[in-house]
Amino acid sequence: MKNMIKHGLAVVDSPYDESGRKRTVVEKLLLGLTPSQYLLQAFRNPFNWILAAIFAIGIPILLGRFVFGLAWATSGSNDYPWGLFLGFGLFAMVPLSSSGFQLGTACEIFGRHDLEPIERLALLNGLLGYFFAVVYLLADLGQPWRLPYPMVVSFGPAAVLFLVAWHVATYLSVQVAEVSTAFFEWIGFPAGKRGVRRITLGLTVSGIILSTLHQGALGALFTYAPGKVHPLWYSSSFQWLHFFVSSLPGGLCMVITVSTIASKFMGWRADRRFREKLDRCTVSLAKGACMGIATYITIKLIGIAHDNKWSYLDSGWGQWFMLEIILGFMLPLVLMTYGVHTRKVNIVRLGAFATVFGVVLNRVNTAIITFNWKLPEREIPPWREVVISLTIFAIYIVVYRFILYRLPILYKWRQQEEEVPVTETVTVPAAGRREASPVAVASYSNMTKLD
Amino acid sequence: MKRRNFLKACLIGGTTIAMGKTNKGWASGSFEGYPESMGVLVDTTRCIGCRSCEAACNKEQNLPEPDTSFDDKSVFEEPRRPTAKAYTVVNQYEKQKPGGPVYRKVQCNHCNEPACLTSCFVNAYTKTKEGAVIYNSKVCVGCRNCMIACPFNVPGYDYESVTNPVIKKCILCYDTRLKVGKPPACVEICPQEALTFGHRADLIKVAHERIRSNPDRYVDHVYGEKEVGGTSWLYLSGTEFDKIGFDPSLSNDPIISNVKDFLGMVPMVLSIWPALFSGIHLLSKHDAGSEGHDTESKEEDR
Repeated sequence: MKNMIKHGLAVVDSPYDESGRKRTVVEKLLLGLTPSQYLLQAFRNPFNWILAAIFAIGIPILLGRFVFGLAWATSGSNDYPWGLFLGFGLFAMVPLSSSGFQLGTACEIFGRHDLEPIERLALLNGLLGYFFAVVYLLADLGQPWRLPYPMVVSFGPAAVLFLVAWHVATYLSVQVAEVSTAFFEWIGFPAGKRGVRRITLGLTVSGIILSTLHQGALGALFTYAPGKVHPLWYSSSFQWLHFFVSSLPGGLCMVITVSTIASKFMGWRADRRFREKLDRCTVSLAKGACMGIATYITIKLIGIAHDNKWSYLDSGWGQWFMLEIILGFMLPLVLMTYGVHTRKVNIVRLGAFATVFGVVLNRVNTAIITFNWKLPEREIPPWREVVISLTIFAIYIVVYRFILYRLPILYKWRQQEEEVPVTETVTVPAAGRREASPVAVASYSNMTKLD
Repeated sequence: MKRRNFLKACLIGGTTIAMGKTNKGWASGSFEGYPESMGVLVDTTRCIGCRSCEAACNKEQNLPEPDTSFDDKSVFEEPRRPTAKAYTVVNQYEKQKPGGPVYRKVQCNHCNEPACLTSCFVNAYTKTKEGAVIYNSKVCVGCRNCMIACPFNVPGYDYESVTNPVIKKCILCYDTRLKVGKPPACVEICPQEALTFGHRADLIKVAHERIRSNPDRYVDHVYGEKEVGGTSWLYLSGTEFDKIGFDPSLSNDPIISNVKDFLGMVPMVLSIWPALFSGIHLLSKHDAGSEGHDTESKEEDR
């Protein structure tokens, strides 16, 4: 895309093309390219080749799982009922997706309008993360077609999993509504957008409630298995708090990670507002993440002290635990604090990557690696399970990119009214148009008090 | 006078609440199990490892043919666990000890407050008044949360099945026998009378009586009397229970009491958060003034 823009291609960021004609949905889908141009740019992208290779192997195996059953695709063990699909796909994806409710809260509840350039990315990150957690779940469930059962057929309201199911389902619809404003702008349906904006506060507050409960409930699931999860990763009183609090830096750092990747590889898609404000937003998010990590480390220590589990630290498991805490939480805390103080945004980003790693490692540790720690054998996931997990993650990346390329997430969709004078003066150079567009930058110029 | 009454009421109320807090029973009365609950007492000192209980179970529950016959003693080399194809297995312990090997039958213990039941989000499990923990495979989604929750690692999953993989475990022969007052197939066939079927309350008395009259033969503990809130299957042993594969670290509280903290928090979040965050929103909106999100979006949508 970069080359094409260099050669004078105008990116689609308004309902009209250069000659003032209304764009069709197909044109918007093809990013204003002709089909052959579109294929050419997709073909040129080396990352697409990697994805193609993953899909060539992964998709047949993913389908095979539904044809030949779980035993064919997974280790299918009675002692380790949950493998990579849930351990990585569900338990790690969900905390990385808490960004939606956090940025929603910051912008809509606390009035942090300076974070708005990144709000939509955070909302989308939340929606997609949750959605793909459900996809992983569908791959793991023995009878995926019965997924709606806890909603309509048979209720087990005393079960934590019942809460998880309901909260994920309702929170997914909340997130669809939150992200739909961008979609309505893109397809040109302002009434829908107005309708959603009217209930934004309600949506945001329900988002906070559902996320608190849901992130916590995932941790509470393990309180059903006292003695099975290694004591260093288990706390009957605080398990839900450990999961909830670690999801806060997890979600914020995931947004930093995604925005870093997007601005590096999709710079053409971001508008000036996003590019200029990104560093400042990153630092703001990192500050929040630092508070979250510091709290998390504290409550982890309290958890150990509460049950007097210090002696476990002096063992192989203890070293593994320290590695997780030091590499995944303490190091990023130091990096991000240093980065924020010295305004070295790249160091902040490095810290954010490490945090994402730390949160994923914590979930995988709790759900798989330290699960059944008393049993003699450890479970090693078979290759098909790894390939399927990787494939679903690759689909996640493709869908993420597909939406970022099109919907006004990283840029502002120029509205019809603003477009009218521009369409009359066709002489505006196509390449420079985005810069000259009347983006409402002015309203953010006096936000310097908040970085 | 009025104020004095008010103060008095406060004092009485406060004391009552303070006393109530120390008395745990007030909040959620401790559950002692079902009065009519049946059970099985396993005397591991009598078991000779003939595996006829495995064979009887296989026949009664129409389970698939085992890989090796039920006479094959080589299965004792490795400890086994119940699976979707075998609801009960007999394991051998203490092989090198002079007293000879000890055998122990493993199956679902039919807890008074089953972890599988409380963890199931489609309510597939039922504890019947006869004490059996049965399940409804027609609603099972296959999440396998019950396998995570079971403190005895019992439920087996039918991973091989593509169209209908469900949980499989011992149901105390509920459909075919227990419902009509007959003992389970494994108990009926046991040649050594190692298994005794009866009312759970009576079995506890029998077990303690055996320990009392033969203190050298038994460890002074009935496994399952109190573990995780009590189970319908009770065990007597001649060696320490952890030597024959029992988990000695299990608490006497049912598994669900670990989860109660969180479950109690849920309605609090549901009721406090809306007011808390709407309030914060109102506070922060006040000084947002004309540059806020709302004014801007109105301009956009005009």
